[in-house]
Amino acid sequence: MTATDTAIADPVTQAGAHDDAHGGHDDHGDHHVLPLWLLLGTWGALMVLTVLTVSASQLHLGAFDLPVAMGIATVKATLVMMIFMHLGFDKSFHSLLIFSSFLFVFLFISFVLIDRGQYQGTIDEKEREVIVLGQ
Amino acid sequence: MSDDHGHGDKPFLAHHFEDEDHQFDSGKLGIWAFLVTEILFFSGLFCAYAIYRAMHPEVFTFASQALDTKWGAINTGVLIFSSLTAAWAVRNAQLGQKKGLVANLTITILCAFAFMGIKYVEYSHKFHLGLAPGDAYAPLEGAYGHGEKAEKVAFAVPQEEGESHDGDSHGGDSHGGQESGEHGSDGEHGDGEHADDGHSGDDHAADGHGDEHHAGDGHGDGHHALVPWNDPSVPEETKRKLKTFFGIYFCMTGLHGIHVLIGILVLGWLLTRAIRGHFTPTYYGPIDYAALYWHLVDLIWIYLFPLLYLIN
Repeated sequence: MTATDTAIADPVTQAGAHDDAHGGHDDHGDHHVLPLWLLLGTWGALMVLTVLTVSASQLHLGAFDLPVAMGIATVKATLVMMIFMHLGFDKSFHSLLIFSSFLFVFLFISFVLIDRGQYQGTIDEKEREVIVLGQ
Repeated sequence: MSDDHGHGDKPFLAHHFEDEDHQFDSGKLGIWAFLVTEILFFSGLFCAYAIYRAMHPEVFTFASQALDTKWGAINTGVLIFSSLTAAWAVRNAQLGQKKGLVANLTITILCAFAFMGIKYVEYSHKFHLGLAPGDAYAPLEGAYGHGEKAEKVAFAVPQEEGESHDGDSHGGDSHGGQESGEHGSDGEHGDGEHADDGHSGDDHAADGHGDEHHAGDGHGDGHHALVPWNDPSVPEETKRKLKTFFGIYFCMTGLHGIHVLIGILVLGWLLTRAIRGHFTPTYYGPIDYAALYWHLVDLIWIYLFPLLYLIN
């Protein structure tokens, strides 16, 4: 609490005060102020990755199209979460919360997909027309 | 606060909190719990997408050409930039920079409006072409364009020689009279009976039935006519699949758009508070929470963009 009290007295030096006290403050870094270069750098990286994913989609990578697109999206999502959302500097409990939700989304979607795969035979039977790619 | 328990010098410190850190931490835990529910909320739609794409990859390849990658990419840039300004606004609030805070919040809101404006252009274009969700789906001639993708994806309609295809009816299908008949107009019902009665066991696995059952396939491509999506001989069922793509598209982007609209309201409210000077380096929680929400909206779009627009 001492750091906060100092900050009330002089808001502008708050960032400095926190940087000084950072050693004992690691798991409690709620008031971590991100340097501007980090914000701008993250934004630049996100823009580059957006251009990258659009160009990758035009390369016609075939079966790799989806994994590449999802890989780039995941790198972007990680950047947003770790830096913009402060997870890299925040209480690790918040990271635990959000990543456990991803775990459950993963379980949800993969189990349903596995289940659907089990019924592929029935689905094929229902297909009356054939759709083909290319010539 | 009418009952501030001696927090008189801290007008936004609710009386049930020890101090500002206590209040901030509680709010932060709350917003993260909310974001978790949001992710699970959206996961239902992502699951629908995954199943449908796993079942009908061609439908996605074909139908996604109706989405304009250019607008999607611009909107991605707009949202990423608004995420930057939202994160910057948090920094301004932490450092007590009121002018910067007001400016960054304003830019974030303007970006949100720009995003919705572009979405409006995209949506109205699709409605204009008849690529509307649900029963409103009635694509006009050329709705899917005549681009490179349109030429590459063709729908093969099984065909028997000398048989004329008269569009909407399924009677002309070549998979043998039995199957065609079974499928009829109410497909689901017919299929069940077909599976149970027509063949014993799993006739898909048993290739021995191939001659009878998959006659069209067995004799190669000679019996398939490659036709564009809107050819009358393309069965209704295939057309319904295209329609479902737009159902998924409108649901996913629509729910995301609703989140953007809510973000505009929340950020607008915070902007008025920022102008009134409510936020200080010890009281900036609402800015932080709204920014976290805004980043999540950005995060979801980061996945929606390649999943919907960038399919080849």
